Amino acid sequence: MIVELGHYALVLALALSIAGAILPLYGALTGDRRLMAVAPSASLIVLVFVAFSFGALTHAYLVSDFSVRNVVENSHSLKPLIFKISGVWGNHEGSMLLWVLILALFGGLVALFGNNLPLKLKALVLAVQSAIGTAFLAFILATSNPFLRLDPAPAQGRDLNPVLQDIGLAIHPPLLYLGYVGCSISFAFAIAALIDGRIDAAWARWVRPWTLAAWVFLTLGITMGSYWAYYELGWGGWWFWDPVENASFMPWLAATALLHSAIVMEKRDALKIWTVLLAILTFSLSLLGTFLVRSGVLTSVHAFASDPARGVFILVILCLFIGGSFSLFALRAGTLAQGGLFAPISREGALVLNNLLLTAACATVLTGTLYPLALEALTGEKISVGAPFFDMTFGPLMVPLMIAVPFGPLLAWKRGDLYAAAQRLFAAFVLVLATIVVGLALAGTSKALAVLGLALAVWLITGSLCEMAFRVKLFRAPLAESVRRASGLPRAAFGTTLAHLGLGLTVLGIVASSAWNTELITTMKPGDTVEAGGRSLTLDGFLPVSGGTYSGTAARFTVREGGTVVATLAPEKRLYSVQNMPTTESAIRTFGLSQLYVSLGDIKPDGATVVRVYWKTLVTLIWIGAVVMALGGALSLSDRRLRVGAPKPARRGAAVPAE
Amino acid sequence: MTRKQRRLTLIGLAGLVLASAVGLILFALSDGIAFFATPSEVASNPPPPERRLRLGGLVEAGSVVKDGTEVRFAVTDGKAAIPVHYTGMLPDLFREGQGVVAEGKVDGAGLFQADTILAKHDETYMPKEVVEALKKSGEWRPEAAAEGPAPETVTR
Repeated sequence: MIVELGHYALVLALALSIAGAILPLYGALTGDRRLMAVAPSASLIVLVFVAFSFGALTHAYLVSDFSVRNVVENSHSLKPLIFKISGVWGNHEGSMLLWVLILALFGGLVALFGNNLPLKLKALVLAVQSAIGTAFLAFILATSNPFLRLDPAPAQGRDLNPVLQDIGLAIHPPLLYLGYVGCSISFAFAIAALIDGRIDAAWARWVRPWTLAAWVFLTLGITMGSYWAYYELGWGGWWFWDPVENASFMPWLAATALLHSAIVMEKRDALKIWTVLLAILTFSLSLLGTFLVRSGVLTSVHAFASDPARGVFILVILCLFIGGSFSLFALRAGTLAQGGLFAPISREGALVLNNLLLTAACATVLTGTLYPLALEALTGEKISVGAPFFDMTFGPLMVPLMIAVPFGPLLAWKRGDLYAAAQRLFAAFVLVLATIVVGLALAGTSKALAVLGLALAVWLITGSLCEMAFRVKLFRAPLAESVRRASGLPRAAFGTTLAHLGLGLTVLGIVASSAWNTELITTMKPGDTVEAGGRSLTLDGFLPVSGGTYSGTAARFTVREGGTVVATLAPEKRLYSVQNMPTTESAIRTFGLSQLYVSLGDIKPDGATVVRVYWKTLVTLIWIGAVVMALGGALSLSDRRLRVGAPKPARRGAAVPAE
Repeated sequence: MTRKQRRLTLIGLAGLVLASAVGLILFALSDGIAFFATPSEVASNPPPPERRLRLGGLVEAGSVVKDGTEVRFAVTDGKAAIPVHYTGMLPDLFREGQGVVAEGKVDGAGLFQADTILAKHDETYMPKEVVEALKKSGEWRPEAAAEGPAPETVTR
């Protein structure tokens, strides 16, 4: 019964979304305030219905209702509670429902907290959100309905894919979706601005917190997914340039660019058209990501199932929204007023350079992701584009960007002084030179590239610290004065420093872990010892393990450092009985910021097993840096300027009373 | 600087970045990609040794020889079989008679030196490329395959 109610609520949500898309739009175009006022209530009720529907599906999972096909296919009564819940979005249908839930949530938030928005802008924004909601609700109901029943109901479910039964995967999709779908808000604002035909600094001030929030979630979601792949897939890589990873990375690159261009628009009223274009691009890339992942045109861990009908449906949605928004942009962008002037060497100029490099990098990732699809469609020839392609294209574009990063915040608006900025970065220059000299002396010229990578990381880290030190007059004024200055700085300033610092940490982690790692693949028997990262690993023996729906074998390793035992590691080989699927569970131990990583191959009857042992120097910095970046974003989001609410825009002609 | 000069500087910079991006892409596309091939295609038309390939087919029954971390096996599409050499850990689901994709290069002796092995991710799944390789050679049995989760990759 609850399942039917959930199904019904979803249908009602679709009907209301249609109304919530058409009525406020018509109202905004004809100036009918009653119709515009429909938007907030429609959005809130849609949120209630979708939330109920999602709750109904979760309930079916919790009680293991095996008369529901979706539960049968993805759950099992013996599965731990947390994976019963995460199983709701561990499959195509449920994850699309989560997508729509988050979309409705963002719509509801705008409806509730957007009271300082002009009525017309708010109505238009919510209408665009409802239109997106309509498309995806129709998609779920037509092709991916999670509420379909099975008759007769089987006694037991087929279990969730074992590699997805993991705490990291329980959190990864919701975070990523908060990011993806969060981009829909800035998209809706951009479309609303194009329909409305006006855009100003206040608009940027509304868009920025939404973009920032989406960016923070996207950063955390990608980080989580990367760490999951690292420890769960058992081969020690953390980024594979897999098309599905790229699908989440492209919106991140575009959102990062949008974040920076919105600053220019907010402070200097410039780059308006470009910002609107970026907002459209960012969400278009999110939609493209959804299409790539959901349509099954790509095979990957994320493509749960491939069904041509779904692919075509999402392709239609894609064409409608991307085509529609770009046509609207082409028609209306010219009507938006141009903003302030600036010299090439200025804060604006630096942010433009950031945008150019980020979008160019994003374009190379897009090319690498879509080229095999296009080539196969056009010529039938099959190729795969792998890491070498992205190393050769994405890497070289990132290097100039990272060199420029510390300069940006030190340049003044309108007209900057590059020489003065360089002087303020003097300490960073010295450290970079020291890194190169010491690095080459210690590691030799064979690691020259890695040393330059380290120098780049040092440049980013010390550069962002120099910028903060300059602002608070550290060492140039009494300490009390510096503290007073620091407490007077807006949180957004610390956010910038922290985010750039995080980028430096990530680069440091990437360079160090790829240049100074030990990798051993060898056969071991109980009693054997291997060396990695200055530590010795002894295989003591095997013991059986079991839990939930699996059983397997764990190998016990003792790790010694100079004769003393510092850790024991127990990587596992599991067999999930329901899906008859073996998995490898790696064992990881963190020493400082570096990690020792062990995973098992097949265990032979005589007790010999292939073992993969990694020592990865500073590898945790890759994810720590990303989390620091997200913290910087969150800190910036809590800035008073964004929290308290933007000032009302200058009113034109007959004033529109605020709500 | 006049307004016009500023605009030209901006456009020049944009053009420069765009041109370098295009240049990098074209350069990388000639070098950083792998072509998909079936065992019959490799047997009848041996590729140059520097060309990266993805070889798709079934692991020939009885061909797997493991020696510590070294593995030798043959990939077949029913018409031709290509010997493959790989060092490292095999994916959990690598089995004789099942679908596999090997990525690497063919060496001078006609041995396929794989650095990456992809195997199917559960009992019923078969990589899309393998399905098409089998269809091409006429060895395709639809009942042997069904939808399922994705392939699992293992890189050495």
